[in-house]
Amino acid sequence: MKRTCPRLVETGYDEPAMAVLEVEIWRGGEDGAWRRYSVPHEANQTVLDVVTHVQRHIDPSLAYRFACRVGMCGSCAMTVNGRPRWTCRTHVSLAARKGRVRIGPLRNLPVIRDLAVDMAPFFEKWRDAEARFVPAAEPPDAPVRPDEPERKAADAGIECINCAVCYAACDSVAWNPDYPGPAVLNRLWTLVNDRRDGDRDGHLDAAGAGCHLCRSHQECANACPTGLNPTAAIAGLKREVFRRALGGRTRERQQ
Amino acid sequence: MKEAWLFAAQRLSAMVLAPLVLLHLGTVLYAVRGGLSADEILSRTEGSLFWGAVYGLFVLAAAVHAPIGLRAVLSEWCRWRGAGLDIAMGLFGLLLLALGLRAVMAVL
Amino acid sequence: MRRGPWWAFLLHRLSGVALAVFLPFHFLVLGLAVERARLDGVLDWTDNPWVKLAEAGLVVLLALHLTGGLRLLLLEFGRWSDRQQSRIAVAGGLALLAGFGFLAAAFA
Repeated sequence: MKRTCPRLVETGYDEPAMAVLEVEIWRGGEDGAWRRYSVPHEANQTVLDVVTHVQRHIDPSLAYRFACRVGMCGSCAMTVNGRPRWTCRTHVSLAARKGRVRIGPLRNLPVIRDLAVDMAPFFEKWRDAEARFVPAAEPPDAPVRPDEPERKAADAGIECINCAVCYAACDSVAWNPDYPGPAVLNRLWTLVNDRRDGDRDGHLDAAGAGCHLCRSHQECANACPTGLNPTAAIAGLKREVFRRALGGRTRERQQ
Repeated sequence: MKEAWLFAAQRLSAMVLAPLVLLHLGTVLYAVRGGLSADEILSRTEGSLFWGAVYGLFVLAAAVHAPIGLRAVLSEWCRWRGAGLDIAMGLFGLLLLALGLRAVMAVL
Repeated sequence: MRRGPWWAFLLHRLSGVALAVFLPFHFLVLGLAVERARLDGVLDWTDNPWVKLAEAGLVVLLALHLTGGLRLLLLEFGRWSDRQQSRIAVAGGLALLAGFGFLAAAFA
């Protein structure tokens, strides 16, 4: 609580022209509307700070999600001026355009209320693709070295924390109800490259059901807060599925 | 696996089309100098096994490539999905194949 | 808000749709070649500078779809490169060059 506006208390009433930020926040469900709020503008203020200020000082009924506030959990993802972002890692001064900030719920997911979306469809696609590690019955023939190509390819996508920012950024998700989305496919690519995993064929079958709907817009890679590149991972899946469809070798030599 | 096969057909036909389109563009730039005439076109193609094979392959690859691409556009932008779309796109491919082969026969 | 690769996608898709629509008519006209006079009738019409300009547009569309398609094949089947923007610029530049080449040849 104290963290939110100590500066306001210290300086807000003394300075004649206190900097004010005009923000628009989505209120209501799918058929809701934008509502305007005036929030004191502070140095190093994040978008999450703004949302928290509105909820604590202006309208306690504002619904939103957050947990860690330091970019670890991924639960505070919202749409800021049209881009999906972690609000705790987005400075208002960087996100604002002409002093305006518009904060909405994540795209491509049903809105529960205000800034909170229902994440269920995102996780259901994850579950349906069985995008999870399946231990192999036998250990790998050779020890897995950190610098071997397959391990490097897996490591490149391993830091995903399921925040759904890529899912919200993706037009293929918006255009195809069947498209699993960048996060699921990125996870499948890490599993396909994991030599300890025992269900490579299963993962490729799951990928083959949807990876071709990726149109390589690369909006996911541009939006990913952890700097992953799902488009590159999906290109790898397309390549492997293509090779398998043509009856070629299934284990790919990785870059 | 239908999507995987369509993807493979789309990309393989693209790999066939790429050099053919390049050749076609070169021919277009060459032939358009001084205006086009039926005599000029036909003198190049008539009785030519080379051009017959090139354009025959061209038509075949295009008849595979175009309907798959159009299918993606229609399903994503026009929300047209299912068997109806697949049948319509199959027919479009056959139309392209028929018209294209008729054109190739006409200039040979 | 959208970045280069998205716009490259849009150009690729729109040029593809335009070519798919144009293709049946292209084939129909070439099918007229069995009767030279009728083909010449159409070809005379293409001497009109406005038609030539439209044809240059078609050449750009075809070249754009070709270079954009090669870019995609490279993206999907080659090693990943972070120089996507440069590749898009090269693809677009080559397509425009083809269009200017056609204009230069057609009006020479």
